[in-house]
Amino acid sequence: MKVTFKIWKQDKPETKGALKTYEVSGLTEDMSFLEALDHLNEQLVLKDEAVIAYEYDCREGICGQCGVFINGRAHGPHDNMTTCQLHMRSFKDGDTIVVEPWRAASFPIIKDLIVDRSSFDRIIEQGAYITAKTGTAPEANAILIPKEISDQAMDAAACIGCGACVATCKNSSAALFTSAKMNHLNKLPQGKAEEHQRVKEMTYQMKEEGFGSCTFTGACEVECPEGISITNIAEMNARNFKAKLFG
Amino acid sequence: MKLDSKIPEGKLEDKWRNYQVKSQLINPANKKKLNVIVVGSGLSGAGAAATLAELGYDVQCFCYQDSARRAHSVAAQGGINAAKNYQHDGDSVWRMFYDTLKGGDFRSREANVYRLAELSAPLIDHYVQQGVPFAREYGGVLVNRSFGGVQVQRTFYARGQTGQQLLMAAYSQLYKMIRAKKVKMFPRSEMMDLVVIDGKAKGIIVRDLVTGALKRYAADAVVLATGGYSRVFRLSTLAIGCNGSALWKAHKRGAYFAAPSFTQIHPTALPQSSEAQSKLTLMSESLRNDGRIWVPKQKEDSRKANDIPEEERDYYLERRYPSFGNLAPRDIASRAAKERIDAGYGVGRLKNAVYLDFKHAIENFGLKTIKDRYGNLFTMYKKITGIDAYKEPMQISPAAHFSMGGLWVDYELMTTIPGLYAIGECNFSDHGANRLGANSLLQASIDGYFVLPNTINNYLASVLKEEHPNTNHPEFAKVENEVRKHIENIMNVNGTKTVDHFHRELGKIMWNECAMSRNKVGLEDAINKIEKLKDEFWSEVKITGTSNDMNTELEKAYRLADFIELGILMCTDALQREESCGAHFREEYQTEDGEAVRIDDKYMYVSAWGYNEGNFKMHKETLEFENVKPTVRSYK
Repeated sequence: MKVTFKIWKQDKPETKGALKTYEVSGLTEDMSFLEALDHLNEQLVLKDEAVIAYEYDCREGICGQCGVFINGRAHGPHDNMTTCQLHMRSFKDGDTIVVEPWRAASFPIIKDLIVDRSSFDRIIEQGAYITAKTGTAPEANAILIPKEISDQAMDAAACIGCGACVATCKNSSAALFTSAKMNHLNKLPQGKAEEHQRVKEMTYQMKEEGFGSCTFTGACEVECPEGISITNIAEMNARNFKAKLFG
Repeated sequence: MKLDSKIPEGKLEDKWRNYQVKSQLINPANKKKLNVIVVGSGLSGAGAAATLAELGYDVQCFCYQDSARRAHSVAAQGGINAAKNYQHDGDSVWRMFYDTLKGGDFRSREANVYRLAELSAPLIDHYVQQGVPFAREYGGVLVNRSFGGVQVQRTFYARGQTGQQLLMAAYSQLYKMIRAKKVKMFPRSEMMDLVVIDGKAKGIIVRDLVTGALKRYAADAVVLATGGYSRVFRLSTLAIGCNGSALWKAHKRGAYFAAPSFTQIHPTALPQSSEAQSKLTLMSESLRNDGRIWVPKQKEDSRKANDIPEEERDYYLERRYPSFGNLAPRDIASRAAKERIDAGYGVGRLKNAVYLDFKHAIENFGLKTIKDRYGNLFTMYKKITGIDAYKEPMQISPAAHFSMGGLWVDYELMTTIPGLYAIGECNFSDHGANRLGANSLLQASIDGYFVLPNTINNYLASVLKEEHPNTNHPEFAKVENEVRKHIENIMNVNGTKTVDHFHRELGKIMWNECAMSRNKVGLEDAINKIEKLKDEFWSEVKITGTSNDMNTELEKAYRLADFIELGILMCTDALQREESCGAHFREEYQTEDGEAVRIDDKYMYVSAWGYNEGNFKMHKETLEFENVKPTVRSYK
């Protein structure tokens, strides 16, 4: 299998980048998309060229470190899938594949396809936790949590923090990411005590980091590898209103 | 040096309490003057960093990923064990202790294993408090399921994403302490070497992976929480970045490496499909609760799985191990799969897999229940293979997974270098020669949250009066220069072969000779081959770009340079142990029906290897069993 990659190359955050074309042959349909890039990088080394920088770690769709725009879509042509889970069988022999980094002002480019997503960590820092020290916990079954509630919390907690929601949003909004985390904790009895403060502070930080506002187009939930629903955003908005009234 | 495991006095049940009663305390005003470096931000690293910070220590935490949340604990799927006995099925701390000790084929320390089981119940309390959405019954109580090697239900889980959910809890708690300015986090920062001053660990040299700059960090104690090293096989279930370099550097600075050859091969990963493959995705062991493993009774059967009638299927685990069946422990299930595949019964395009079938489970419990239990695993399977496993069986194959071996640690989790601790997968402590499923998240968490924060005081109290380490000390400059030289040497080889080429070669040697089954001739041959590969690496590797910049090829190269050396030690260790135990199966030591033959009178010890200028010297920690009698480990 042979394809033409057009890949964003950018040396430093402050330098200008451009798409560069690479013809790659010797690929198979069983290869993952990232393995195809690995293959290209090996060819580049042998040609004495610098390799393309891209991110990955677990390569099984859970760590959230990989993520690029492929032919104009976050994580490639399929819904609800990470870049590492994409395989070359999704492309045809002879295809041209355009690969770009996440595009969002709050995710500045570090090099080539690698962006800085530490803005997500800073949102987490503002209250995405339950203030309780190690060693202070009551018996686990002392607080009953109905399956339905626990399942809803789990649905929201499944977020892998890849940033596809932001990258695909026309406003670069982090509403899906932020709301999922808030709702995970706010749903559980353990998280209730800090509910209003959490909502206020995380929302504030989300804006502080420069993420845009949500206009509810639903583009994010299509790309989210965990299929996190935009109803989370509606709930966040409602909680923000509640936090203003009671917080 | 004599190995002192520092096992406390008293009865097994009282040892941990006795230890705590006698351990030193440090007053809060002094704690904040003490600085601790934690390398790694997975369950053990983040748990330790957050807890040490809560106790008042000044903590610096490092990880090579872009965020602490990526650490490979995230990928654990199935669950975490705890002796809560919520299912009223006869579980207890003692039973969990015994299961774990037996699962490890009596090659771990009684006192450590007992502590692991003892602290498991409060750990579940802790995670529930931190907001982990564990699976629950409609009435609101926690649910359990079974895992391999165990006949009670003691595994807690959050869908097939338990590791992720526990890591999110640890990461959140870590960020709580970052906000409180008690922890400083350094992502995209890789430990390159350990700085030892006057025999004590006093700091690390770190490479900033964005700029390539080398930086010095000093501390009163250094904690390694850097995970496993199964990427030495290249193809493994581990994240691509996982590496053994921090361990290896510490080993070269004087920390003993224990049982390096004890490596778990997981029975249920996706099979390799091509040479270019970089990763073998794990399918959780929990699938074996409901899935049945089989191969066709006829060799090289080319029919589709669903066309093979029931009477022509060989459910070989149920046949060989009737009392545990599909829930036989991992080492046994992997070897049994290898036996069938090698005998010509393998399935799939490359005939390197076996079937994991849910047909009966779906008939018995309904599609909805199976979807509820394993939905995300089936989805993941479909994304990767394109196959709908609700309609036809999954194809699975054994893959390198967990490192039971690691730095030798005593009861306090301190290595043989004073002030250097190893926690989680990177130490050798609780799993012996084979780890039971759902004990990995457990051990990482217990070490990080409960053990280390209680044991590190003894050492820190002793250094309180000493001068604080300073990065201007000449030893820092010396080690930094050594690191710089090492990187230059790699960059300057400028040969003709890629790093991945060498990694593939190393992986092949290790997989063929030092994985599921080993023998003397093969291991000796492997050592020779790896020595040659090492020479070839240092004369033929090629890296482009520079070292003063983000350079992913360079990162791969220096990690591989360490893997190559570690590979030699793993084979050396496998060679000296002339018995079969747990995951270490020596072909010369087996019964007629292919079961392991353990030789307790000669090998009831933990091998702990010292390093001296390229030579390894073995020391022995003899294992004493005062409370259980090691028996032949049978799951029949």
